[in-house]
Amino acid sequence: MGQIQLNQVTKSFGDTQVIPPLDLTIHDGEFTVFVGPSGCGKSTLLRLIAGLEDITSGHIDIDGTDATDVVPAKRGLAMVFQSYALYPHMSVRKNIAFPLRMAKMDQAEINKRVEGAASVLNLTDYLDRRPGQLSGGQRQRVAIGRAIVREPAAFLFDEPLSNLDAALRVGMRLEISEMHKRLETTMVYVTHDQVEAMTMADKIVVLHAGVIEQVGTPLELYRTPRNTFVAGFIGSPKMNLITGEEAAKHDAHTIGVRPEHIDVVESGGQWRGTVGVAEHLGSDTFFHIHNTGLAEMVTVRAIGDVSLKHGDTIHLTPRADEIHRFDAQGLRIA
Amino acid sequence: MATKASRSAARIMMAPAVVLLLGWMLVPLILTLWFSFTKYLPLRGDSIDRGLEWVGFANYGRFLSSNSFWPSVQTTLIMVGGVLLITVVLGILLAMLLDQPLWGQGVVRILIIAPFFVMPTVSALVWKNMILDPVNGIFAHLWRFFGADPVAWLQDASLSSVIMIVSWQWLPFATLILLTAIQSLDSEQLEAAEMDGAPPLKRFWFVVLPHLGRAITIVILIQTIFLLSIFAEIFVTTGGAFGTRTLTYLIFQRVIDSQNIGLGSAGGVYAIILANIVAIFLMRIVGKNLDA
Repeated sequence: MGQIQLNQVTKSFGDTQVIPPLDLTIHDGEFTVFVGPSGCGKSTLLRLIAGLEDITSGHIDIDGTDATDVVPAKRGLAMVFQSYALYPHMSVRKNIAFPLRMAKMDQAEINKRVEGAASVLNLTDYLDRRPGQLSGGQRQRVAIGRAIVREPAAFLFDEPLSNLDAALRVGMRLEISEMHKRLETTMVYVTHDQVEAMTMADKIVVLHAGVIEQVGTPLELYRTPRNTFVAGFIGSPKMNLITGEEAAKHDAHTIGVRPEHIDVVESGGQWRGTVGVAEHLGSDTFFHIHNTGLAEMVTVRAIGDVSLKHGDTIHLTPRADEIHRFDAQGLRIA
Repeated sequence: MATKASRSAARIMMAPAVVLLLGWMLVPLILTLWFSFTKYLPLRGDSIDRGLEWVGFANYGRFLSSNSFWPSVQTTLIMVGGVLLITVVLGILLAMLLDQPLWGQGVVRILIIAPFFVMPTVSALVWKNMILDPVNGIFAHLWRFFGADPVAWLQDASLSSVIMIVSWQWLPFATLILLTAIQSLDSEQLEAAEMDGAPPLKRFWFVVLPHLGRAITIVILIQTIFLLSIFAEIFVTTGGAFGTRTLTYLIFQRVIDSQNIGLGSAGGVYAIILANIVAIFLMRIVGKNLDA
């Protein structure tokens, strides 16, 4: 079990309210990702759930019981920190065993659980090393191991992959996703990287200045962003948000078209412009296009290696059924 | 950068400093060794010009068989150990207290460091006359206020009094080094321990204390070096009476009071040996903390 429910939770530091009243339900077994730009309150929210920060008002229920005033250790949650927060003077074995030792568990049971976690995480050969002798990915796994052995109701991850290099990050992303499939435990994951959010989440919570902008599955957010913030935040490269005359043609204040929903045509496209920077990734090419007569620069994603280069003229046609319309407040027009 | 020419130039330029430092160290050491094997009593007319009488190990034997030798070694060890214990324990507690966000932190920190800037002679005088004096001292007034008989600190609890004075001087040093160490502790480690179910005392024992290991080692090593040669505090307060005669003080008495340079020099060589034994001992206990 691991259902977490936030009711009218607020958090203030002194006079500044970082989280205005907020309601959220995280269902049992769900992989929920909090995503948002830095300073949006996503880490604070996670720390409120963990109990490392006291909430200013409202209450938190874990598995149906009020956990607002319960100390962190008794909430049945395990956390993986950004810096891993391993104990540097203890061996890997002792690090993983630490929460069990604190729970005064039987030594035989501790050994069994530590060995089990180590074999799952491929750490068996490293059990007697110190964290300082491990690579970044291995330290990450030790931190996860320390969380797993407690068999918590839910795992909390605070930007766990941000200290890893790009290749390792992709690998760990897969490992964490697989772990979730295997354990089927609730996981709450904080990241500023929308790619991590899209690839791992069952449910994404987009936060902006402490406010939940939208909650939904990755594809819901991708297909029907509720406002321009979510539209611009989810998807890579960013959605083109176009205002002015072009938007007025669609009876909207702003229209949004994703770069992958604009077709590059030989001639006679709806828009015409010059290529600024062309980013060739091999599998696809991103063009940044100027002088289209639109107020904003347009980004286009073309499949494959299209051989247009800087200064070339390009003809574009947005797909009519993939245009998102937003009103003056930035809200989606259905 | 390091060409052959520049290296030899560097050697030549460093040479005067190296020679001076070597001389500074070696000349007194060799003189002490030489004097320790001779009969050298200036008041009886012995002098280097007239040549000193070689007496072999006689001074060493006399110094060792003297009634004051073993008690002085014991006093030295008790004093050093006592001061180390007090400064490290209180230093850790104070450092943790100062690490808390508190009003007027900057001023409090400067106040805490202040005793370290007071010269040993001055602080010993202040303690002797203002605090420990059995008639007019602050402690005497305090005792009388509670209806107790004032304690003649420097007579009845002389060694403890000296330890107290020296600890007061060295506590700021320990606190400062331990405070910087505590401030470098990653707060996520403490939070992780909290999530792992460790109550405050266990967080201290399993996270904070191991983190401080290296800083404690440094405090102990540096303080030991200076504490072995404590002199002014004893000279000003008790003059070596009432069981406060350390090895350093005994050597001073042999050379200056008794004007027996040969005997004092032999004591100096013993002090060097004692310092080395303590150093090796300390290195073995705590030195492994410096490797990691």
